[in-house]
Amino acid sequence: MAESKKTRTAQPGEVKMTSFFAPYKKELIVGPFCKLVEAVLELLIPLIMAEIIDKGIAQADWRFVLKYSGLIVLTCTTGLCFSLVCQIFASRCSQGYGTDVRNALFRHINTLSSAQFDDFGTPSLLTRLSGDINQLQVAVAMLIRLVVRAPFIIIGSVVMAVILNPTLSLVFIAATPLIAAALFFIMKSTVPRYKKVQKEVDGLSAVTRENLTGVRVVRAFAKEEEERERFDREAGALAKAATTVGAVSALLNPVSLLIINLAITAVVYFGGGMVNTGDMTQGEVTAFVSYLTQISLALVVTANLVVIFTKASASGARVKEVLNTAPDVTDGEGVEWGEAGAPRVEFQNVSFGYGGNDVLQDISFKVYPSKVVGVIGGTGSGKSTLVNLLPRFYDVNKGHVLINGRDVKDYKLKQLRDRIGYVPQRTVLFSGTIRENMLWGNPGATDEDIWQALRTAQAEEFVIKLPQGLDTPVSQGGKNFSGGQRQRLTIARALVRRPEIVIMDDSASALDFATDLKLRTAIRHDLTDTTAFIVSQRATSVRHADLIIVLDGGVPVGMGRHDELMRSCEVYREIVHSQEDKEGKHDD
Amino acid sequence: MTKKETSSLKTLWRLLSFTKGCRGRFVMTFVFAVLAVILQLAVPILVGDAVDCMLGPGEVDLDRVLQYVIWLIPVVAGGAFFQYLMSLCANSLTYNTVRSLRENAFARLSRMPLSYIDTHPHGDLIARVASDIEIIADGMLQSMTQLFSGIVTVLTTIIFMFLLNWVVALVVVVLTPVSLFVAAFIARGSHKYFTAQAASRGELSGFCEESLGGMNVVRAFSHEERAQGQFEEINSRLYKCGLKAQIYSALVNPSTRFLNYLVYAAVGLAGGLIAVLMPSLGAVGGAYMTAGKLSTFLMYSNQYTKPFNEITGVLSEMQNAMAAARRVFDMMDKPVESDDSALPALPGAQGRIDIDEVSFSYTPERPLITCFDLHVKPGQRIAIVGPTGCGKTTFINLLMRFYDVNGGSIKVDGHDIREVTRHSLRQNYGMILQDTWLFNGTIRENIAYGKPDATEEEIVQAAKLASCDTFIMQFKDGYDTVIDEDSLSQGQRQLLCIARVMLTRPPMLILDEATSSIDTRTEMKIQKAFAYMMQGRTSFIVAHRLSTIRTADLILVMKDGNIIEQGTHTQLLEKKGFYSELYNSQFAE
Repeated sequence: MAESKKTRTAQPGEVKMTSFFAPYKKELIVGPFCKLVEAVLELLIPLIMAEIIDKGIAQADWRFVLKYSGLIVLTCTTGLCFSLVCQIFASRCSQGYGTDVRNALFRHINTLSSAQFDDFGTPSLLTRLSGDINQLQVAVAMLIRLVVRAPFIIIGSVVMAVILNPTLSLVFIAATPLIAAALFFIMKSTVPRYKKVQKEVDGLSAVTRENLTGVRVVRAFAKEEEERERFDREAGALAKAATTVGAVSALLNPVSLLIINLAITAVVYFGGGMVNTGDMTQGEVTAFVSYLTQISLALVVTANLVVIFTKASASGARVKEVLNTAPDVTDGEGVEWGEAGAPRVEFQNVSFGYGGNDVLQDISFKVYPSKVVGVIGGTGSGKSTLVNLLPRFYDVNKGHVLINGRDVKDYKLKQLRDRIGYVPQRTVLFSGTIRENMLWGNPGATDEDIWQALRTAQAEEFVIKLPQGLDTPVSQGGKNFSGGQRQRLTIARALVRRPEIVIMDDSASALDFATDLKLRTAIRHDLTDTTAFIVSQRATSVRHADLIIVLDGGVPVGMGRHDELMRSCEVYREIVHSQEDKEGKHDD
Repeated sequence: MTKKETSSLKTLWRLLSFTKGCRGRFVMTFVFAVLAVILQLAVPILVGDAVDCMLGPGEVDLDRVLQYVIWLIPVVAGGAFFQYLMSLCANSLTYNTVRSLRENAFARLSRMPLSYIDTHPHGDLIARVASDIEIIADGMLQSMTQLFSGIVTVLTTIIFMFLLNWVVALVVVVLTPVSLFVAAFIARGSHKYFTAQAASRGELSGFCEESLGGMNVVRAFSHEERAQGQFEEINSRLYKCGLKAQIYSALVNPSTRFLNYLVYAAVGLAGGLIAVLMPSLGAVGGAYMTAGKLSTFLMYSNQYTKPFNEITGVLSEMQNAMAAARRVFDMMDKPVESDDSALPALPGAQGRIDIDEVSFSYTPERPLITCFDLHVKPGQRIAIVGPTGCGKTTFINLLMRFYDVNGGSIKVDGHDIREVTRHSLRQNYGMILQDTWLFNGTIRENIAYGKPDATEEEIVQAAKLASCDTFIMQFKDGYDTVIDEDSLSQGQRQLLCIARVMLTRPPMLILDEATSSIDTRTEMKIQKAFAYMMQGRTSFIVAHRLSTIRTADLILVMKDGNIIEQGTHTQLLEKKGFYSELYNSQFAE
């Protein structure tokens, strides 16, 4: 626990989301400034109109009306220019910001250790890369475009009202906070309710997903009717939640409209009195009404802004959390590759754990080149973790892992990993062609090298039958190949680089026994200098290994050859017996 | 009208057919919208008239101003009240419609043939039932509230304005659509960039999914730098089209605002000039142009342009909704399994199965099973063996009638399985697959899945027989433990599936032995449970364990979709064919 906690807490050189603004200082200053100018001009327009009414119409001066109408056109044209500049700057800044954050985040994710990566989980990292950053991008654009404008219009309108008529402006000073309060309370009660709606949607999706993945079971038990009822219940709950939140948020418009219109009524009432006493003009009353309308619009914008920024700050925190997770596997200094005569792989009292669990405890062994190591044990016994320590997907907590006599931490990561052929438990192929996938293992490989690797991996037989051969396209995840074919291709990819160590993490599970056997024989035969680690649940897959490591709950309960373990290791015997026919023929 | 528009109309019409039963609310929404708009539009008139009573110092008709103010209060309150009622009606209408749409879609989905479900990404189907319908709800709600009131506002404003002064009204009516055109023009231009942006976004997330999903491989092959390079390349393309899309769409607001101000200025100019030069011009019913009228006009010109902008927004929202609706309907229109309610039910079977000359393929181009014959007596054990992809799953699909045969027939106790109901056929089978499926509920609910009226005793009995009673009791909540993704190991999940079948005691079994991922002790329990269950029942076992295979009454050796050998263990070994090769490979050096 302590280990993983440490990596998640803030580091001294903490990345701030604002630091990504650095290249966009110009945009950040000029953009809002332009917006401000536009807002000022916008506020002037009702004033000019008041002049038209008070002077032009009252004094029947058509030239005055013409001139001032022209002035409005001039004012709004200037406003348009400024606002266009602002929009362009805002777009540049927000898109640039998003792009930079995305690049940085992707780069950082690639430096995290597997433990940290699993901590976050792939789906969560994907949302952070896409949805969260988009949210930030929207917020940056709004920051430049509206954050200055909306409050400025509100304050500006109030100020203008105060200048026009301090007494009547009391109406403003009363109405504005009222609307703000109404907005605040309505939003405060809707936000959690919207979350509930989202939860109901998730629940609905979950039921649908269950029904799709379990469609055979549902139909085998003839439960379609009950499942439909279950779905209907979910749909009903969702409808109810949505209606409830709708009823509250529907208040927003009528309530703000009500307050504004009542304020206008008040302006008319008191304004009338003031015009009568000569404290105010007819045109000024009209201007007051205009300003009130403007305020109400600006307040609604502000409410939306609050929502956007609340979302963005949550997104920002999620992005920042990743960026500030210091990678716990760091690149080594880089030393010369190995010592002559040293064991290829050596574990010295290795222990490893994360999240409070001991995954591996006190493991020590040595293997020399061209030997095969079998790792066997039940689910969760730590088999994969053990081999993942070799390419440093994880780092040990205690002890040392040595390759060719040197601690793996001393090598450069690339130097280390380039010499290891890794075949993952879950087959992973990338979209492209078969050749492109094979070249991952060794960018300089010739077609001859590739075919050799395919042959060893027992993949030649089906690749050769494909009309396009090595140029056959591979769709995302390799979905156009069967499970067994995918496994053989991933094995071949690891072999293309003729690695010093090959790790097969339960990589033959989709292969039938015959192919599995051929594969193991071929590896032994073709890769004479390679040390192979075979992780498996099948006793037959590891039976002929030079060293079998039997794991039970992270503890090595047996190490040795098959016949030794059959004599000395209870757990191993159990595994073998459960999988074999007891009366079947034995080879010893 | 273009083809696309016709289909949009059809989609809309079909969507509206789901409002059945809510017609009253539909009408009410409209009535409330009209009332709300009329009252809201009366406000500027009352304000304008009141302003007209304020000619200057000492010339204000205070009584009349008070009169207007007294009028204003109920009008203002009524406007807000009706607007709220309208929203409530629209809300309830929308969510009820969407609910019934959703239930229909799901009901449809639950009758889809498996060939549809197997060949469509589940994420996509879920999106149609969940998020697509949410988008429809948003679109509907917006159009109900904003489109209705928007249209009513525009129409009423035009009438009111013409009643005030037709010349100035004409100025507004003619000028305002200009802003609409500009908005539409910009929208059309930006569409291209938005499409490009969406495409780049999709590409980027596809790339991320691939490279984060295979992260260990990326690292093992030191591929990080190249991955970063690819990422940045796609990202920079996203930047370019994103920037253009954003700039384009950011033009809409300033331009329409600008045009609205032009209208505002034009109203001021026209109204002002008329008031000054010839107050009688355009007057209706002797109402001359005055300063107060001008102020009413100014308020109207704002109110008149606003719904136009809103309607543009709503239209794009509606387009989204229509696109989503099309996806949902598209799914709902796929053929469902034939109705079998008129067919007789298969009575409790003895377990005799006759497969005659069956041929089958998923796609016509790739024939899979051809001329398959098999006759099974009640209580026999059939082991199916063969390399990966040999067609074992297909065989199960046919037995359970998840898929229909293309030729030949499968009979249970002499009944062709296409001539009895699917439910009755499937209830005669107990099926335990390797990829275990449990639903998100308690352990008790999951065990009783096939027999909801099972007594507590029966449930515990089944659990004991399946050796899962022990681990269930280790949970704090025992049988009431709610199952989630990772609370159970793979083996425990399989044991629960066994208990589920134990409870229903079907005459025939289909079992799929696990290839891996189960620890030894659990594995032994599973085998024990399997053995117990198979007693006296016709069983098909997709077998990986030799002990299972050896004790079978009949072994089917499958390869490339066909049965290439059948017989008992000894017979097949003597044959020295594919089976003996397969068998020996397990033990050979």
